Amino acid sequence: MGAFRERALAWLYSRPEARAWALLAPAGFWLVAFFLVPLLIMFVYSLMPRGIYGGVEPGFTLAHYTRFFDPLYLQVLQRTFAWSIACTVICLVLGYPVAYVIARSRRWRTLLLFLVVLPFWTSFLVRTFAMIFLMRDTGLINSWMLKLSVIQEPLTILYTPFAVMTGLVYGFLPFMILPIYASLEKLDPSLHEAAEVLGARPLARFRRVTLPLSMPGVVAGSLLVFIPALGSFLTSDLLGGAKQVMIGNLVQNQFSSARNWPFGSAASFIVMALVLAAVMWYLRVKDAGARIEPAK
Amino acid sequence: MTVSPQQPVVQLSDVSKSFGEVKAVDKVSFDIKRGEFFSILGPSGCGKTTTLRLLAGFEEPDEDGGEVRLLGETVNKKRPYERKIAMVFQNYALFPHLDVARNVSFGLEQRKTPKIEIEGRVRRALEMVRLKPDMFSHRMPGQLSGGQRQRVALARALVLEPAILLLDEPLGAIDLKLRKEMQLELKALNQQLGTTFVYVTHDQEEALTMSDRIAVMDNGRVAQLGTPAEIYENPRTAFVARFIGESNFFEGLARRAGTAWEVRQQNGACFQVPPHPALANDKPIRIAVRPEWLDVQTPDAVPPGENALTGVVREIIYLGETLHVIVTVPGSGDVTVALRNEGQLIKPLAWKKGDTAAVAWLPEDCQILEEE
Repeated sequence: MGAFRERALAWLYSRPEARAWALLAPAGFWLVAFFLVPLLIMFVYSLMPRGIYGGVEPGFTLAHYTRFFDPLYLQVLQRTFAWSIACTVICLVLGYPVAYVIARSRRWRTLLLFLVVLPFWTSFLVRTFAMIFLMRDTGLINSWMLKLSVIQEPLTILYTPFAVMTGLVYGFLPFMILPIYASLEKLDPSLHEAAEVLGARPLARFRRVTLPLSMPGVVAGSLLVFIPALGSFLTSDLLGGAKQVMIGNLVQNQFSSARNWPFGSAASFIVMALVLAAVMWYLRVKDAGARIEPAK
Repeated sequence: MTVSPQQPVVQLSDVSKSFGEVKAVDKVSFDIKRGEFFSILGPSGCGKTTTLRLLAGFEEPDEDGGEVRLLGETVNKKRPYERKIAMVFQNYALFPHLDVARNVSFGLEQRKTPKIEIEGRVRRALEMVRLKPDMFSHRMPGQLSGGQRQRVALARALVLEPAILLLDEPLGAIDLKLRKEMQLELKALNQQLGTTFVYVTHDQEEALTMSDRIAVMDNGRVAQLGTPAEIYENPRTAFVARFIGESNFFEGLARRAGTAWEVRQQNGACFQVPPHPALANDKPIRIAVRPEWLDVQTPDAVPPGENALTGVVREIIYLGETLHVIVTVPGSGDVTVALRNEGQLIKPLAWKKGDTAAVAWLPEDCQILEEE
């Protein structure tokens, strides 16, 4: 046993590429077995006729893909994209200043970072239910505003697009703040000073130095918000009611109550392809932007 | 603003800056003349960098912390971008996302220089620091060596044709040979451009090489201000004597001896010192003597008129250019004597470890130190 172990280790040390494979193997197995294989199964399902009680029947059909291009579903798709983009932009606008303040502060940095990740201590489901208690007609917001006579009748907040957007932004904001913070924190403070002594006022300094150098964080944060927002279904389900369906709800319904697994799979693959296209477009635009610095 | 050539371009009067309880800069005053190469020299934590940052505008003096004037104008509350200065940073602080040409043009763009002027000025600035514009303009900072980054940082500052250039230990991160070369280049640029250089360093040799005048700082105060020769040959305090070059210290009580003064040590040994306002009968006095001004003599062959203290040779250190003979003198500790190396293979030193020897020096080579 000992001798075998020695030989195996010696062999690994002599071949760097074998060593790399050995390090990748455990996680690689996991991903292949529990991500790639299920994905493949779903893809096969999406091309087969639907079974009556869920599952699939033998055969081949493209009907599930063509069915998706029904205006009803396209509207859901459009709404999902619009909301995800809006959610990303709002997270960016709200999150960048927070990340900036955290990166600049010394004393409060640990506390502020702690507050940013604090929501993760509770399940997202619980937090979303808490928002229902906050937003419903007899919820905290309405009862306080009634008590303070700001309003005479309860406002309808729950089950509106506003409620869904609030929930989405709330849920994804930390994923925007953390990567931007990481890239701002790395920024050498003497670059600020150099820009200042070269004549750059605060706004110019931000535009010409801070923002371009924090772009990696902005890109990472945007992707971390946009992609899961596209696939989210819990928020729109609980805070949006039946009227504010997103593509995630559609897929979830097909797999559960509608028992149409092939259509759910087809919808998933279409969304996946669109996400891939969107991300590639975004990265290309960003690279082009980095190459051509605005001349002034 | 036009300023007469005689008026100092930098004036600090009683400038103080505290961080919490710590007085980083404590009532510092000095004037810097137009075109001068002025160094602020001191160990880390002495306040030299804070002083430079007060000039740059990154720090504001305390509420009652005196006055900073640049080109005759009080700038206490002015932000760096409102001051007519340029600065070279210790770590260069080049913008990593901009190529060399855009780094150099950054300041010109911020100061709304006409576009047609910019390209030519960037080229000239790069040529000034000996970087071929065609070769380097489009390189990114990450593709440059330390020395090249240093030159780009210098070009980025000089392209603005500032009246005052602040340099914060700009040569600290490059190797010795290149550093010597850059020292001479900086000095040449200073003379050629007529720009006032304010140079912060902890390297005494660097300060002595380049400066017209040096302010030695210690504990937030200016310990001494003067030309390199004044600082080296006539240090005012023990701190300055120790920080700049090497020194031997001797202590005793002053006593008038006819028209001259002598210092008597506790063990009875005695030596003469030149007249000095700090001298008074029975006052404790400390003097410094540079190693190269001392000589080693046989105790009974000391030339008349020279001071001599007898001790035992403890160590002889071969340094190439010089030899250090360390003599342990009772009452004064180890005294270092620097002798010119006349060739140990041809003409070996007459002294060896354990010999009884006297360290001797001329009374006028004593530097009488003031209390710190």
